[in-house]
Amino acid sequence: MTAIDVAAGLGRRGLTRGRRPPRVGLVLAAGILLLIILIAVAPGLFTDRSPTDTASVDALHGPSGAHWFGTDQLGRDVFTRVVDGAGRSLRLGVGATLLGVLAGAVLGLAAALGGRAADTVLMRLADVLLALPPLLLALLAMTVLGSGAWNLTLAVAISTVPGYARMVRAEALVVRRSGYVEAAVGLGLRRWLLVARHILPNTLGPLLVLATVGFGTTLIAASSLSFLGFGVGPPTPEWGLMLSEGRNYLSTAWWIGVFPGAAIAVTVIAVNVVGRHAQARYTRRTSR
Amino acid sequence: MSDPSGAPAPAALAPVPPASVPPVHSSQAPGAVIATDVPSAASPPTDVPGAASLPTDVPSAASLPTDGPSTAARPDVPTDDPLLVVEGLSVTFDARSARPVQAVRDVSFTLRRGECLAIVGESGSGKSVTARTLVGLTGARATVSARRLGFAGRDLIRLREASWRRVRGRHIGLVLQDALVSLDPLRTAGAEIAEALRTHRVVDRAGVHSRVLSLLTDVGVPEPAQRAAQYPHQLSGGLRQRALIASALAAGPELLVADEPTTALDVTVQAQVLDLLRGLTAAGRSVLLISHDLAVVAGLADQVAVMYGGLVVEQGPTAAVLADPRHPYTQALLAAVPAMHAKGTRLSITPVDRPPATAGCPYAARCPRSDERCRAELPPAAGDEPAHRTLCWHPGPPAAVTAPVTAPVAAAVVPVAGTGRPGRGADAGPLVEVTAINQRFRSPDGSWRHAVRDVSFELFAGETLGVVGESGSGKTTVARIVLGMQAPDSGTVRFAGAPWSGLRERERRALRPRIQAVYQDPLGSFDPRFTTEKIIGEALGAAGVRRGQQRRDRVVDLLERVGLAPGLRRRRPPELSGGQRQRVAIARALATEPELLVCDEPVSALDVSVQAQILDLLAGLQHDLGVAMLFISHDLGVIHHISDRLVVMKDGLVVETGPVGQVFAQPAQEYTRTLLAAVPRPDLT
Repeated sequence: MTAIDVAAGLGRRGLTRGRRPPRVGLVLAAGILLLIILIAVAPGLFTDRSPTDTASVDALHGPSGAHWFGTDQLGRDVFTRVVDGAGRSLRLGVGATLLGVLAGAVLGLAAALGGRAADTVLMRLADVLLALPPLLLALLAMTVLGSGAWNLTLAVAISTVPGYARMVRAEALVVRRSGYVEAAVGLGLRRWLLVARHILPNTLGPLLVLATVGFGTTLIAASSLSFLGFGVGPPTPEWGLMLSEGRNYLSTAWWIGVFPGAAIAVTVIAVNVVGRHAQARYTRRTSR
Repeated sequence: MSDPSGAPAPAALAPVPPASVPPVHSSQAPGAVIATDVPSAASPPTDVPGAASLPTDVPSAASLPTDGPSTAARPDVPTDDPLLVVEGLSVTFDARSARPVQAVRDVSFTLRRGECLAIVGESGSGKSVTARTLVGLTGARATVSARRLGFAGRDLIRLREASWRRVRGRHIGLVLQDALVSLDPLRTAGAEIAEALRTHRVVDRAGVHSRVLSLLTDVGVPEPAQRAAQYPHQLSGGLRQRALIASALAAGPELLVADEPTTALDVTVQAQVLDLLRGLTAAGRSVLLISHDLAVVAGLADQVAVMYGGLVVEQGPTAAVLADPRHPYTQALLAAVPAMHAKGTRLSITPVDRPPATAGCPYAARCPRSDERCRAELPPAAGDEPAHRTLCWHPGPPAAVTAPVTAPVAAAVVPVAGTGRPGRGADAGPLVEVTAINQRFRSPDGSWRHAVRDVSFELFAGETLGVVGESGSGKTTVARIVLGMQAPDSGTVRFAGAPWSGLRERERRALRPRIQAVYQDPLGSFDPRFTTEKIIGEALGAAGVRRGQQRRDRVVDLLERVGLAPGLRRRRPPELSGGQRQRVAIARALATEPELLVCDEPVSALDVSVQAQILDLLAGLQHDLGVAMLFISHDLGVIHHISDRLVVMKDGLVVETGPVGQVFAQPAQEYTRTLLAAVPRPDLT
C-alpha cells in the first residue's frame, strides 16, 4: 500500500483564536500620548511665542508656515494657544479622574466592607446620583460651587464618583468571597491585614485600568464645562474654552475652533486605545 | 427540580456485558499498522426503537462529502470493514513558529462498527487532540497529517470546513466533558436536540418534536416531555450529560466521540452514563471514548489505546491490556487506581511529575526502567500478539507495583504509612467533636433547604476521617463549619476539647493556624498577584515566622517536603501544573504546623496519575507529622484508600459511619451499597 502523505490545516475557523493583527494602532496611540504629555509638561519646547500676545494686523489668518494653526480674531497664534493650553486641560482631566477614582474607591470599599447599613445608604445614594446624566450632575455641582478651574475639577470628579463607587463595591464583593481571602481568613489574619494585603490590591488593580478608559469621558466633561464658561476665564488658553471662543467664527475661520477640538479628540482617542489595551492585558493576566 | 438518578436505562439500551471475547489473531492486510481484529460484542443493530431510521449501512456517496481528488489508491471498501481507520496521524501546533508543539505523533488505530475504543492518558497526552481531529476541530494553529484518515470508506483528511459541518453531528457526534458548559444556557434541552435535527434535516419539521422526545427516551431521560422544556441549569448533572448525548446522537451518527464524558459526574451518575454508552455500542454505534482513568473505560471498551506524550504507548484488547500491561506507563496508570489498593500502599510509581521527554521515549523521564537507549531512541511498536502492541524497549510485567514501598523513591518523598501511626496526646479525647449540627440555606425561590441535618461525628488526633457523598449531600458545608468559616444554625463543634463553632472571630483567630484547609481548586485559593514563595510565606507569617532569611529557608523546606523543586518558589501559580499547585496548597497548609487538615475534594480535579501522587504525599505527611485529616471526596475509591474511618452522607444526613474496612466489606445501608457498586474498577477476572 502506498502511503500518501497529506498535510492539511483542518478547520481553519476552529476553536482557537487566530493570530492577532500587528499592533500599529497601539504603538501610534502610545507615541501620540507621550507627545501630548511632553507638550503639557514643557510647552516651551514647542513654541516660543506668547499665547496671549495680540496682534490685530495678523487677525484671522489661516494656517500657514508662520502660524501652523492660523491666528484667531485677536491675532493670537492658535498653535501656541493649543500647546499652552494642553497642560491646563490635561490637569483638569487627570485631576478630576484621580479625585473621582479616589472618592469612588473609598465609598465603594466602605459599602462592600462596612456592613449592611453602610452598604444600603451608600448604594441607594449612588442609585439616585446615577439616575442623573453625569454632565447634568457636574453642572449642578458647578452652580453650587461657582466657577473656576479647581471647582470645575471638583464638579467633574463628583459626577464620576457614583459610577466608580459602584464598580469598586462589586469588585470588592467578588474578592471578599474569593478562595484566597477565605484561605487568608483560615490562616487567622487580622481584618486590616486581609483588607490591606488581599482585598485592596485585587480590587484596585482593575479599577486603575478602568480609570484610564474613564479619563477620556472626564476630559470631555471638563472641556464641555469650560465650553459653557464655567472654567478658567479668558484670555487664559484652555481647549474647551478655545472651542467655545472659536464657535462664532466656524463659518469664516474654522481653524480657531477645529484645532483645539481636534486636540481634545486625539487625546481622548489615544488614552482610550492605550487604556483598553491595558485592560485586556490585565484581564488576560489575572484570568487563568 | 428532581433528580431521577437511579432510573434505569430503557430496555432497548440495556447494558450488555462488556466484550470479554478473547482476541482472535489477526488475518488483516499487512499494511495496517495495528491490526485490531476482535469480533464486536453485538452484531449491527436490527431494531432499536427510536433509532429505526438511523443509517446503519455505509452512507451513499452523496451524503458524505469529499473534498479534493478522490484517492484512487484506495479501493472501495466493503461494508464489514472498519468504520474508522486512522493511520500515522500526527498533529502539530504552531508548526511554522519557532517552537512547534507536536501534540500527536504517528497514532494509528481502527474502530469497527458496534465497538468501543478508549484512548486513555493524562492531560497533555494528546488524547483530546486526537479526538478533535476526527471532528475537524483542531483549530487554526494545528497542522494535521496522516497516511490515512478513513471514515466509512471516505477520506477525512482533505475535508474543508464546509464539508466538515456536514460530517460533524451527521456522521460523527461529539460529546464533551461538562454538559453545563457545552449546552447553551439560554436554550432548553429540547431546543438543543432539535437544532441538531434541523441542521442535518434528519426529519421534517413536523416530526422534530416527537423525535426529540424519542431521543430523550432512548438515552434514559424520564419524563422526556417535561425535561425537553427545561434549561440546562434546571437539570441534574446526569440528565444534562444525557441530554448532551441525545443531541450528539440526534442526527444518527455512526460514530460517537466522547471526550471525558463522565469526569465531572458523581459515581452513581457516571455508572448510568457508562451504561448508556454501552447500550449504544450494543445497538451498533461505534464509540471513541477519551478518559484519563483506566478504571472507567475497563467495563466499556473493547480496545484500549494508552497515550503518553502524543504517542500510543500501548494498544490492544481491553482484557489483554488490563490483565497483562506491558508498558510501564500503563502499569503506573493501573497502580494509580485508588479503589484497587488498600491504605498504606503507594499509588504512584514515579514521584515527581516531569514533562515528557522530547528525544527518545517520551516516558523515559519518569520511567523506572529507563536507560540510555530509552533516552536516545524511540522504541518501535512490538508485541508477541499482533493485536497487543507496546512501544517500549523494556516491556514486561510490573515489578511488584502494589507492594508497599518502604524505601524513599526520591529524597523528597517519604515512605507511606503502614498501620501504626503516632497519636498525639493519647486518650485526650477526640480532636474534633461535631454534635448535631444543622445548616439551612435560603433557595433562590425563597424556600429553605437543609444542607446539613443533625450531623455528628468525632475525629481523633492523627487519624483520617473520610466524608463521602454525592454533590449536594452537604459534605462541603460540613467542611466549612469545621473550618469555622460558617456558623451552624444549631449544634456545636468542639476543637481540642474547647468550644470552636460558638467562638467570636476575634477569639477564634489565634486558633485558626491549628486547622488548615486544602481545597479542590488550589488556584482560586491563591492571591493571583502572589508568587509561590509569598503564598507559603504568608502562612509562615501567620504562624509567627519572621520575615527574612529564616522564612525563606522554611519556604524551601516546605517545598521540598511536598516534593517540589525550590526553584519553583519564584513562579506564580498559573505557571504551575495542577499537581504542583495542589502541592503548593498542601505546603501552605502545613506551614502553620496544624493538628487538623481539612481536605475538600483535593484530588477531584486531577488526573489519576497526579491524584495518586497527591494521595501518596498526604498519606506520607500524615505518617510523619501525625496530622489528623478530615478528607472529603465524592470518590469512594479515594476515600477507601486514604481513610481510617468514614462517614457516608446523603441529602445532608449521615447515612452510615464506621471503620473503612468494615463499611466496605459489609455496608449496612442500601445507599452505601449503591455507591460501592458504582465504583468503576478494572476487573481482571
